[in-house]
Amino acid sequence: MPEAAAFDAARAQEIIDAHLGLEGPAMPILHAIQDEFGYVPEAVVPQIAQALNISRAEMHGVVTFYHDFRRHPAGRHVLKLCRAESCQSMGSEKLAKDFLERHKLDWHHTSPDGSLTVEAVYCLGLCAHSPSALYDGEPVGLVDGEKLDAIVAEAKAQ
Amino acid sequence: MTKVFVPLDMAAKALGADKVAAAIAKEASARGFDIEIVRNGSRGLLWLEPLVEVETANGRVGFGNVKASDVASLFDANFLAGGQHKLGVGKVEDHPYWKRQNRITFKRCGITDPLSLSDYEAHGGGLGLAKAFAMSPAECVAEVTKSGLRGRGGAGFPTGIKWKTVADTPADRRYVVVNADEGDSGTFADRMIMEGDPFALIEGMTIAGYAVNASKGYVYLRSEYPQTAQVFGKAIEILRAAGWLGPKVRGSDFSFDVELRIGAGAYVCGEETSLLESLEGKRGIVRAKPPFPAIAGLFDRPTVVNNVLSIATIPMIFEYGAQHYADCGVGRSRGTMPLQIAGNVRYGGLCEVNFGLTLGEIVNDIGGGAKSGRPVRAVQCGGPLGAYVPVKDFDMVFDYEAFAKRDALIGHGGLVVFDDTVDMLQMARFGMEFCAIESCGKCTPCRIGSTRGVETIDKIRNGENVEANIALLSDLCETMKWGSLCALGGFAPYPVLSALRHYPEDFRKYSLPAAAE
Repeated sequence: MPEAAAFDAARAQEIIDAHLGLEGPAMPILHAIQDEFGYVPEAVVPQIAQALNISRAEMHGVVTFYHDFRRHPAGRHVLKLCRAESCQSMGSEKLAKDFLERHKLDWHHTSPDGSLTVEAVYCLGLCAHSPSALYDGEPVGLVDGEKLDAIVAEAKAQ
Repeated sequence: MTKVFVPLDMAAKALGADKVAAAIAKEASARGFDIEIVRNGSRGLLWLEPLVEVETANGRVGFGNVKASDVASLFDANFLAGGQHKLGVGKVEDHPYWKRQNRITFKRCGITDPLSLSDYEAHGGGLGLAKAFAMSPAECVAEVTKSGLRGRGGAGFPTGIKWKTVADTPADRRYVVVNADEGDSGTFADRMIMEGDPFALIEGMTIAGYAVNASKGYVYLRSEYPQTAQVFGKAIEILRAAGWLGPKVRGSDFSFDVELRIGAGAYVCGEETSLLESLEGKRGIVRAKPPFPAIAGLFDRPTVVNNVLSIATIPMIFEYGAQHYADCGVGRSRGTMPLQIAGNVRYGGLCEVNFGLTLGEIVNDIGGGAKSGRPVRAVQCGGPLGAYVPVKDFDMVFDYEAFAKRDALIGHGGLVVFDDTVDMLQMARFGMEFCAIESCGKCTPCRIGSTRGVETIDKIRNGENVEANIALLSDLCETMKWGSLCALGGFAPYPVLSALRHYPEDFRKYSLPAAAE
């Protein structure tokens, strides 16, 4: 995963301006901001609101509606574990519970060393290979404890 | 030069297809073989992924479940000439899973290089659009109506009627919006076609645009599919560069362009009005209908909102003629359905067949029963809002009406299989919990009802007034069903009620210890 840049209001403005030609630019802007900084900083919300000529409250509403937009930086690596029905049919809930306990992790938390954030996701479209996961955007099928332990080790090492 | 196919499909990648492709390239160059590696889509025989194929004089020969560590031994067995190897599955097109299919929507998926326009044209790509351009827009709409195509997103609304409404509504501009927010667990057909045959979706959108006089199309893709976004983004660029998109599409007077937009993890944005709100840059809150999007959709303009599969099928409907498509299927369910068989199942994958198979044929004959080897206990059809169907109902015929008659839904064609270890109370609880997490919050039955549903199921599990709470839960489900604004709250009760009806023992066992005291 590429290193996220530190927040920079001028850079944020460039990103916002680059999208203003689009119809309904709010979502593309928020994605681009999160791609650049790793999260959607509080300071950028009024900046976007002003550019789109909507209130800060409305923009706040948009940011907080969507599960994907983070309000704080994530760890260096992000593991998304699927918790939807297909993965449940292959024992994903027990797998995840054991994994989180084993590594003292929790849903939507980052490990104390900042190496790994674990998030829940509801379906990755890999349902013929349940349980499934997404590690830094790369799909992992037929997930088991061994594969998860290897991911934790890799995250720590990098 | 020998062609070797290694899928780029996300499911193949999830099992190491990239490493396999790299290993094959390395080994070939070390051994002095001249090969071309094609990154095709997936054939849908997903339990065999990564499925490597070699083009031989006798057709394409497959090798299943290939790992990078198997590559050297494949070369030792002379796999480039179709040599014998323990991973060999023979000619892929002779495989029973492949042979029983009627591939229309997925006819190129897994066969061609998804990003090669010449490959696309060599397999019929562009013929549908050419036929559409030879007709008037109104004739195009009539052709779609005649095909009997119904919305593949789940609602099953006749596509032609929707298009006609959009075309007939006066407006300064219209839109085509493709719903690629494939959030249902157990479904992956949209993902597969967008990775395996993206040009077909864009060609279908172009035909839709021509038919309803729209010049702009959006694809709203869920963020959980980052790899799909990459492939599809490239496909748009390729078609723009080739003059298939932009002003004067393929030399005609019609202009059309497509833009890919990415969602942000909200399941409810698969609901069409919520999706439109999100495209406009707002919270994904459901709109009250009417007005329907066909009359007032994106930015209040008449908008065709169709699922990926509906639109990706359009080019083939024109290529083969509407009648050919309408001749497949049963009753009012015409054409084919790409079934997605998933969960605890031996042969998980995508199987495109005519409507009309029974559920038992799908789960047992095609799917091969539970992967765990245990008896199948339930199948959830149609995602998190779909009913759990017990084995005794496996005679149910796969078509919209037959399912609706038994309070089940086809949805997007996904089937999730569970073996006999499943706790149906837990699955019912999850149904409510998921609805609570994903509710947009606009209407009370969905927003509050789902949370109360979780609490009531917890009370049942704790043995508190079990009978009274089961009655309360059923009542709550009825309220949600009839009182919710959209399908999220309206269908979330289906898995819960079906679990209650077909698996009462999983709910009532908690009242036994209390009764014994």
